Amino acid sequence: MFPQHRNVVVAQTQTFCVISLESNPQTSSEPASLPAEDISTNSNGPKQDSLFDDDPEDLFAEATEEVSLDSPERDVLLSDGPSPAITPITPPTSVITPCIGHAHDDMFTHSSFDEIEEEEGGDSFDMHISVSDPEKVGDGMNAYMAYKVTTKTSMSLFKRNEFSVKRRFSDFLGLHSKLASKYLHIGYIVPPAPEKSIVGMTKVKVGKEDQSSNEFVEKRRSALERYLMRTVKHPVLLKDPDVLQFLESSDLPRAVSTQALSSAGLLRMVNKAADAVNKMTIKMNESDAWFEEKQQHFENLDVQLRKLHASVESLVCHRKELSVNTAQFAKSAAMLGNSEDHTALSRALSQLAEVEEKIDQLHQDQANADFYLFSELLGDYVRLITAVKGVFDHRMKTWQKWQDSQMLLQKKREAEAKLQFTNKPDKLQQAKDEIKELEGKVQQGERDFEQISKTIRKEVSRFEKERVKDFKTIIIKYLESLVQTQQQLIKYWEAFLPEAKAIS
Amino acid sequence: PRLCNGGLDDGPDFLSEEDRGPRAVNVDLQTDATLQVDISDALSERDKVKFTVHTKSTLPNFKQNEFSVVRQHEEFIWLHDSFVENEDYAGYIIPPAPPRPDFDASREKLQKLGEGEGSMTKEEFTKMKQELEAEYLAIFKKTVAMHEVFLCRVAAHPVLRKDLNFHVFLEYNQDLSVRGKNKKEKLEDFFKNVVKSADGVLVAGVKDVDDFFEHEKTFLLEYHNRVKDASAKSDRMIRSHKNAADDINRIASSLYTLGTQDSTDLCKFFLKVSELFEKTRKIEARVAADEDLKLADLLKYYLRESQAAKDLLYRRSRALVDYENANKALDKARAKNRDVLQAETSQQLCCHKFEKISESAKQELIDFKTRRVAAFRKNLVELAELELKHAKGNLQLLQSCLGILKGNT
Repeated sequence: MFPQHRNVVVAQTQTFCVISLESNPQTSSEPASLPAEDISTNSNGPKQDSLFDDDPEDLFAEATEEVSLDSPERDVLLSDGPSPAITPITPPTSVITPCIGHAHDDMFTHSSFDEIEEEEGGDSFDMHISVSDPEKVGDGMNAYMAYKVTTKTSMSLFKRNEFSVKRRFSDFLGLHSKLASKYLHIGYIVPPAPEKSIVGMTKVKVGKEDQSSNEFVEKRRSALERYLMRTVKHPVLLKDPDVLQFLESSDLPRAVSTQALSSAGLLRMVNKAADAVNKMTIKMNESDAWFEEKQQHFENLDVQLRKLHASVESLVCHRKELSVNTAQFAKSAAMLGNSEDHTALSRALSQLAEVEEKIDQLHQDQANADFYLFSELLGDYVRLITAVKGVFDHRMKTWQKWQDSQMLLQKKREAEAKLQFTNKPDKLQQAKDEIKELEGKVQQGERDFEQISKTIRKEVSRFEKERVKDFKTIIIKYLESLVQTQQQLIKYWEAFLPEAKAIS
Repeated sequence: PRLCNGGLDDGPDFLSEEDRGPRAVNVDLQTDATLQVDISDALSERDKVKFTVHTKSTLPNFKQNEFSVVRQHEEFIWLHDSFVENEDYAGYIIPPAPPRPDFDASREKLQKLGEGEGSMTKEEFTKMKQELEAEYLAIFKKTVAMHEVFLCRVAAHPVLRKDLNFHVFLEYNQDLSVRGKNKKEKLEDFFKNVVKSADGVLVAGVKDVDDFFEHEKTFLLEYHNRVKDASAKSDRMIRSHKNAADDINRIASSLYTLGTQDSTDLCKFFLKVSELFEKTRKIEARVAADEDLKLADLLKYYLRESQAAKDLLYRRSRALVDYENANKALDKARAKNRDVLQAETSQQLCCHKFEKISESAKQELIDFKTRRVAAFRKNLVELAELELKHAKGNLQLLQSCLGILKGNT
C-alpha cells in the first residue's frame, strides 16, 4: 500500500498552523480565546480528485501527497514563507499545539471558519471576474491562447478596485492543482478546472481561423470565467495566496507539471487507477447517518444530472441542425418564389423565405443559450459533484489512516507486553517510545477525522446553498431566453400574415 | 367522420382542423351538389388500409342518391392509371395518384418500444407509447386526406367525373379485383418513363409557336424542380423540429425525477420547470405537425401536380410531333401520288387530336394556376395563423411559469 510510516516522521516537522496573535474581533463562537489548529498538510494515500497536482522533482509526490515546505515548487511561488491554510476550529477535546505562522495581510489572523463566514457579513462578497480578449501568442505547436483576467471588487482584501492580468490555460490548471493539493484532502470542495482538449487546442494552434475553433475558444473562455467565479465565491479559497497571486500578480511562473503527456501525467493516471481499486477496499463503519445519506444523495444527483446533461446536449445539437435546415429551406423557398409566375404569390413566397431566414438566426441564438446557460451549468455540476465525492473519499481515507494507527498501536502494545517478560531493557524502552509516538499519532488521526468530518458538513451545506442559487438563477435566465425567442417569432409571423393574405 | 384504427385513441386537437368538410387541405375545390365524394371512415389493418368511400349524388348514372363502398390503395391506383392510359383524357391534367400508405417506420418504432419496455420506467414507457401512437394517427390521417383529395379532384373535373371507371369505383360494392402491377408491367412502366424522358428532352427542344405553351413549358420545368427541392428541405426542417421537441420531452422527464429526489428548495423548482417543458414540448410537437400539414404536404402535392401538368405538356408535344410527321407523310404521299387519301385522313386525325389537346390543355393549365395560387394562399395564411397561435401559447406558458418561479425565489 502506501508508505504511511514515512509520513509519520514527516508530520512532526512540517506542520504549520494559524494562530491569532492579535486580538480577535469578538466574533469568535468558541470559548477558547486562542483557537488554533494543528494541521498537517500531508495526508498519505494517493491523490485526490485533482488531476494536476504534482511536483516534477519528486516522483512520489502523487503517492504521498507530501507538500514539503522546502519543496522548490513552493519556494518559487510564495513571497513570504509558508502560507497557512485556513482551518476550522478543533473540537474542544483535541490537543492544541500552538505554533507560529505568517499571514497575508491581516485576514489570516482568523483561524475559525465561523469567524471567516461572519467576516463575510462585514466585507460582503462583492467581486466580479471576467475572462476576455483571447489572443493567440506565438506560432505553430508552441502557440497558446492568452486571456485577460479582469477583477472588479470593492473588498478590502485587494489592493485595488479594478485590475487585470494576462493568463494562459495552463496557469488556470496550475492554480487548481495548487488549491487541490492544499485543500481537497482536508475536506474542502475545490471547484474543478475546465477540461483539457488536445484536439480543440491543436486546431487553434495550427491557425484554423474558422467557426469551430472560434466556438472552441469561446467555450473555453466562458468555462474559465465560471471556474474563477466559483473559486473566489468559496470564502476560504478566496483568501488563499495562490488565488490572490493569480488574480493580481502580473508575472506568474509557468506551471509545467500540468502537461497531459508528461511523466507526471502518466504517473497521475497510474495512481488514479490504484486509487479506484483502493476505494473499493475501504469498508468504513459509518457511525454518522448524515454522511451515508449525503453520499447517497450525491450519487443520485450525479446520475440524474448526467442524464439531463445528455438530453440538453442532444437538444443543442438538434437546435443547431434546425437552424441549418431552416436556412436551407429559406433559400429554397426564395428560389421557388423566383420561379412562381403569379406575382402576388411570388412576392409572398419571397417574404416567407425572409421570415425563415430570420427564424434560422433565432434558432442559432437559442441553441447558444441552450448550451452556454443550461448545458454548461449541468456539465459544471457533474464535475463539481465528482469533487464532492472526492472529499467524501478523503474522509474515508482519513478514517482508514486513523484505524491503521490504532491497529498498529494495539500490536505494539501486545509486543511490549511480551517484551516485559524478556530481559531486554533497550528493546523495552524502544517499544515504550514507539508506543508513545503511536498514541500521539492515533490522537492526531482521530482529530483529523473529526476535523474533516466537520469541514465536510460545512462545505456540503455551503455547496448545496450555492447549487440552489446557481440552478435557480441560471434556469430563470434560460427561460427568459426562451421567452425572447417566442416574442421574436410572434413578431416575424405577424409581419408575414398580411403578406400571405394579400395573395389574390 | 370517425377514424377507427385498431382502437387508437383520437385526441380532440387533431380533429379540430381537419374535420370540417372535405379534407381537401391542399386543394381549394368547389363542392358541387351533383357529386360529392369523401372518405367517411378508414380502418388500418396489419399491412393495408381500408377506406370507406362515401358518395352523395343527384346524377342519374347512379342507382341510389347516397352509398358507400370499401376500397384499398391499389384500387385508387388502378383508377388513376386507367385515366392516364385513356387517350380521350390526353388533354387533361390527370389528378396525381395518392402515395402508398406507409406505416412501416411508425410500426417499427412501436415494435422497438415494445421490446425495450423493460429498460425504462413506467412513466417513460407510457409517454413514448402515447407519442408513437399520436405519430401513427397523424400518418394515418394524412393518408386518408391524400386519398380523399384525389377523389375530390376527379369529382370536380367536368369530364373525368363522368368516367365510367370512376362510377364503377364509387358504386360497385364488390372487390374490384385489381391486382397491383406485376413485375413485368412495372418494368414496362419503367421503360415507358425512360422513353418519355428521352422524348421529353427531344420535344422540349422544339420551340413552340404558341407563346402561351412556350411560357408554360419553361415555367413548369423550373417550377417542378424548385418545388421538389423546397419539399425536401421543408421535410428536413420539420424533422429537426420534431427531434428538438423529443429532446425537450426527455428533459422534462429528467427534471421531474430530479424534482422528486431533491431535498432542497430546488425540488419544487424542478417540478415546476418540468411541468412547463411538458407543456411547451407538446406545443413544439404541434408546431412541427402543423408545418408538416400546411407546408410540407402542400409542397409535396404540388410536386405531384406539377409533374402531372408536365405530363400533359409532354402529351401535347407528342401530338404536335405526330401532327408534323403526318404533314410530312402527306407531302411525301402527294409527291409520290400514292396512298394520298390515307395520308390525308391520318393527317386530319393528328391535327384534330393536337388541336383538341391544345384547347383543353390551355384551360387545364390556367385552372392549375388558379388552384395553385388559392391553395398556397390558404395554406400560407393558415400556417402563419397557427405559428402565431402556438408562439403565443408558448409565450404565455413561459411567462406565467417565470412569474411563479421568480416570485418564490
